[in-house]
Amino acid sequence: MDISLLKRRSEYEWEIAPHGAMRVSAVIYASEPLIRDMDHKVYEQAVNVATLPGIVKASYAMPDAHWGYGFPIGGVAAFDPDAGGVVSAGGVGFDISCGVRCLHTGLQRADILAVQKELADALYHRIPAGVGSTGAIRLDADGMEAMLTGGAKWAVERGWGTPADLDRIEEHGQMKQAKPDAVSQQAKRRQRDEMGTLGSGNHYLEVQEVTAVHDPKIAEVFGLAQGDIVLMIHCGSRGLGHQIGTDYLKRMAIAAASYGIALPDRELACAPIDSEVGEEYLGAMRAAINCALANRQILTHLVRKVFADILPRARLPLLYDVSHNTCKVEEHRVDGGTRKLYVHRKGATRAFGPGHPDVPEPLRAVGQPVLIGGSMGTGSYVLAGTRESEALAFSSACHGAGRAMSRHQALRTWKGRQVVDQLAARGILVRSPSMRGIAEEAPEAYKDVAAVVAVADAAGLARNVARVEPLVCVKG
Amino acid sequence: MSGHWEHFPHGADVGVRGFGASKAEAFAQAALAMTAVVADPATVEPREAVAIECEAPDDELLLAEWLNSLVYEMATRKMLFSRFAVRFDGPRLSGEARGERVDLGRHAPAVEIKGATYTALRVARDPDGWVAQTVVDV
Repeated sequence: MDISLLKRRSEYEWEIAPHGAMRVSAVIYASEPLIRDMDHKVYEQAVNVATLPGIVKASYAMPDAHWGYGFPIGGVAAFDPDAGGVVSAGGVGFDISCGVRCLHTGLQRADILAVQKELADALYHRIPAGVGSTGAIRLDADGMEAMLTGGAKWAVERGWGTPADLDRIEEHGQMKQAKPDAVSQQAKRRQRDEMGTLGSGNHYLEVQEVTAVHDPKIAEVFGLAQGDIVLMIHCGSRGLGHQIGTDYLKRMAIAAASYGIALPDRELACAPIDSEVGEEYLGAMRAAINCALANRQILTHLVRKVFADILPRARLPLLYDVSHNTCKVEEHRVDGGTRKLYVHRKGATRAFGPGHPDVPEPLRAVGQPVLIGGSMGTGSYVLAGTRESEALAFSSACHGAGRAMSRHQALRTWKGRQVVDQLAARGILVRSPSMRGIAEEAPEAYKDVAAVVAVADAAGLARNVARVEPLVCVKG
Repeated sequence: MSGHWEHFPHGADVGVRGFGASKAEAFAQAALAMTAVVADPATVEPREAVAIECEAPDDELLLAEWLNSLVYEMATRKMLFSRFAVRFDGPRLSGEARGERVDLGRHAPAVEIKGATYTALRVARDPDGWVAQTVVDV
């Protein structure tokens, strides 16, 4: 990105002043090197989002922002229904409620090393992953409706987890005001045999070791210490969410003109929050959030069964489950008053600070856990929401590293087998049905997640708590 | 111009672009490009035919609709497609996709497609033929 187009507000805050049809500024949080590396499309897309009706304060881009669809990936924007605000299917994305879940294990590195290969093979064989994979659960029409309404709570009631899990999931595991009727038959059909599947692409399940603790006080509250083993799951709402994204993108693109909304890019397709299409989308999107929460809950159950067989003394309570493709109704302080806003986070993680009532009570004093997935060969991070993040970007932080290289380029650069062997030599066992998929997801195809996290921390978006590195990675 | 396809780069995902002497051929080639995001189309036998019907108010939304209809069939039938036929009737498209069930060993599928987006979406008649393109989210 051309740095001369931006006004530097502070070390890590860059402003694009309103011009043309922009209603508010666009603000990018990044270091100078990250800004220089950032695609110019992020500039265009952050500007386009700033033109949408009812946007409040600014259109934001996180340190890991990259070229997305309409909205940048790493984009945050809040809309006020009382000011003609909109909801945008493109502002949430195709993989609705894609997110990360982190489980404790109570184990240490040596425990894993003793059974590393057996554990990797068992997780790979017992957790459906990759193209065309199906889960063991089949949902009839009533079951589908119950799942879309109940989310992880539905899964726990079916025996896939414990009530304690729900305390550590956003919305207590159940997104309210979901409308299964607003979900198309096609979307339901796509999900019928996909419950409890990991998916493909950048989705994964990893057994990880805490290799660095940056904030010991918060780490202690989170229950993380150097050498601890945790397990992270990254996946979303599977075919159902993808189809809802597809269905409503089209409906909104066609309907926008009838609401008098001029779209600078069709991918920004949106509808007024209080319109028929807007309300139906919100109901369907919330059903997809429940689908994602239920899916990660079922995957958790499958993981626990594997551990029960191989490492029976392990207990796997939930640290936290957080989504990074959502639109949620939240109250935020704006200009001295409190307003109820529809906050879109597209490839951005909610990051409520200390004291926020939606943070689980045992963690409330230090802020909400923010789970940042890295690539399979590098590391992931656990951060904590800050108080100042609300004023910076409606309590939001980054969500991952972002790609540095296209899939095409990655395929020409690496062979999957070579990536697997190199990681094995470093003690990381990778299991995947697709060697081509591995090549496309090679660690070097991603940006440096450490740099992104360091900037999120320095900018005050979230506090860096701990770094984790994989010992086992199952890729879809 | 004879039909062919290519991929073009997008930050996180993949652009698919079909070329053809006719709009129908460009649509069919864009579909082939989409299959190639998942697997090598040469490994996919055109054994079984699936009929596709869709419509949209303009050519570009119709391209997205065509590709999304194929994504749906791929996802629910667990199939890959390698031969396509497209016919237009005003805003409607009648098509046929031929392929087979996913075989992990033979197709080595890399990634599933979530949907065809409207990013870099373009259907146009250029001086040397038709082009139909968009970015697919994987």
